[in-house]
Amino acid sequence: MKALTVSKAVTALMLAGLVLLPLYSQMSGNIFILTLFTRIIILALAAASLNLIMGFGGMMSFGHAAYLGIGGYAVGMLAQEGVGSGFIQFPVALAASALYALVIGALSLRTRGVYFIMITLAFAQMAYYVASGLARYGGDDGLTVYKRSDFSGLIDLSNRTQFYYLCLACLFGVIFLIWRIVNSRFGLVVQGLRSNEQRMQAIGFPAKRYQLVCFVISGTMCGLAGALLANNTDFVSPAVMYWTRSGDLMVMVILGGMGTLFGPIMGAVVFLLLEEFLSQITEYWALIMGPLLLLIVLFGRGGIMGMLGRAGRG
Amino acid sequence: MLLVVEQFLNGLQFGLLLFLLAAGLTLVFGIMDLVNLAHGSLYMMGAYFAATFAAWTGSFLLGALLALGATLVLGIVLEMSALRHLYGRDHLDHVLATFGLILFFNEAVRLIWGPAGLALPLPAWLTVPVPILPGIHYPAYRLAIIAVALLVALLLYLGVMRTRIGMLIRAGASNREMIGALGINIKLLYTLVFGLGAALAGLAGLMQAPILTVQIGMGENILILAFVIIVIGGIGSIRGAFLAAIFVGMIDTLGRAFLPNLLRQVLSGAAASTAAPALSSMLIYLLMAIVLVVRPEGLFPANRR
Repeated sequence: MKALTVSKAVTALMLAGLVLLPLYSQMSGNIFILTLFTRIIILALAAASLNLIMGFGGMMSFGHAAYLGIGGYAVGMLAQEGVGSGFIQFPVALAASALYALVIGALSLRTRGVYFIMITLAFAQMAYYVASGLARYGGDDGLTVYKRSDFSGLIDLSNRTQFYYLCLACLFGVIFLIWRIVNSRFGLVVQGLRSNEQRMQAIGFPAKRYQLVCFVISGTMCGLAGALLANNTDFVSPAVMYWTRSGDLMVMVILGGMGTLFGPIMGAVVFLLLEEFLSQITEYWALIMGPLLLLIVLFGRGGIMGMLGRAGRG
Repeated sequence: MLLVVEQFLNGLQFGLLLFLLAAGLTLVFGIMDLVNLAHGSLYMMGAYFAATFAAWTGSFLLGALLALGATLVLGIVLEMSALRHLYGRDHLDHVLATFGLILFFNEAVRLIWGPAGLALPLPAWLTVPVPILPGIHYPAYRLAIIAVALLVALLLYLGVMRTRIGMLIRAGASNREMIGALGINIKLLYTLVFGLGAALAGLAGLMQAPILTVQIGMGENILILAFVIIVIGGIGSIRGAFLAAIFVGMIDTLGRAFLPNLLRQVLSGAAASTAAPALSSMLIYLLMAIVLVVRPEGLFPANRR
């Protein structure tokens, strides 16, 4: 019982901190921290969506950054073609991600294990090359989004604080959705498939169909993160889909604690703050980050959430 | 005609180079069950070592030999210090740990050699065009790559299939405990296999170096091609890797060379020139998708060896 309280307390503290951050930013006049945390929240949303298939579904997707790009390009391309309304941009971004997830998932789920890791990676890399080839939309150099999505006065995305709270609301919404999914009959089937696919199939569940639906839900959520990210940076380029970004997302999930509800948020906060902190100390921050990852994998089982649980148990 | 022959040879050369990379990857996966993303880093290190040693010694061949040795040693050190602890762990752990190694290697290279790329100049005797058919010349260096890679492939095949060490390697792949119980030093065997894989990656890197520039991250794109190859060929199968590598090399090279013209005959000029680059970079992934739909275990699954 005590173990639960420690990790719960830390989680609650972190969530409260995220909610109150704009207040601190306004009082201290530190605008940078708000920008940084908007990015962190968006990537936490992406990590949470990855956690749904990786942590709960046991599907190790190494191509999740593709959805960030697809969601982002949907916003950027529509903006370039003169469609500025967020009521069109966001649904298109979600639909495009869902469609991509459906096709990729249907193909990739024919395989398992390490094949699945490599195939999702290869398809994401294909998306990366396709985006690099889009000469009309900037190709390699990327696409500047001159105007953020317009929600006709409902919410102003150019206002830092409003945008921050929009991203936070999206994150909480997605976490709530994941919580409902995981505890639903559907979610229990998907988790059952993770532990023993053969047995689930023997009981009579169409395994692939359940996994595919879960894959598509996760991809759609990550597409939302992509649309937000394009609005946050006013820019989208193939680099968003580069495979190291998929790796970053995986690291956030593992670091925070795979298969826990709030682990990915924790992982994203710690990973990105660490990156920020190390890059301020030295230009060669990856020299420390790389071996750190190795050590986390070798010794830090269960991520931060797991460690908090163990610390609580004493 | 000239162009067709030339592109055909280019495809073969690229495919063989990919084979060297994929062979190491598939050996390490097939035998130690280790997913090594840092394989591309070893490829990069091979190229950097070669450029450095060639500049020191003033000889391309000497530099290449030293680089080969250096990558072998680096691979062995890497295996003994870090990767050895990953055997038997979850594949996800492998992916993350070796992802960390990539970050480390890229940054270390930036620190040691600087962010700008290096060039590895070829000696004069390798730059002359060689007549291969009446009226058709082909660069000597690319022919040399083809010859070396074919030789290595042959040696690898003979080594794995016909020697005692190769027999132990194959035995280790099918039953680790049993071969350990028979008194074989399985740890040493694994280290050797990993070193061999590293040296193959280094060889690919140093041979590719004079054609492209030596730069940070050069191993990452080609690593993903190597993944596609071992997925198509069947993980753990060297024969599958060989055939799939040549196939992928051909499709990629020929697609890039001829697809724009083909498209131009069907589509309008503007549409073709926008679609062609995207489509030709998609070709091999489409191929992979087709293979997966037809045979999810790859064309030559390893357990049928």
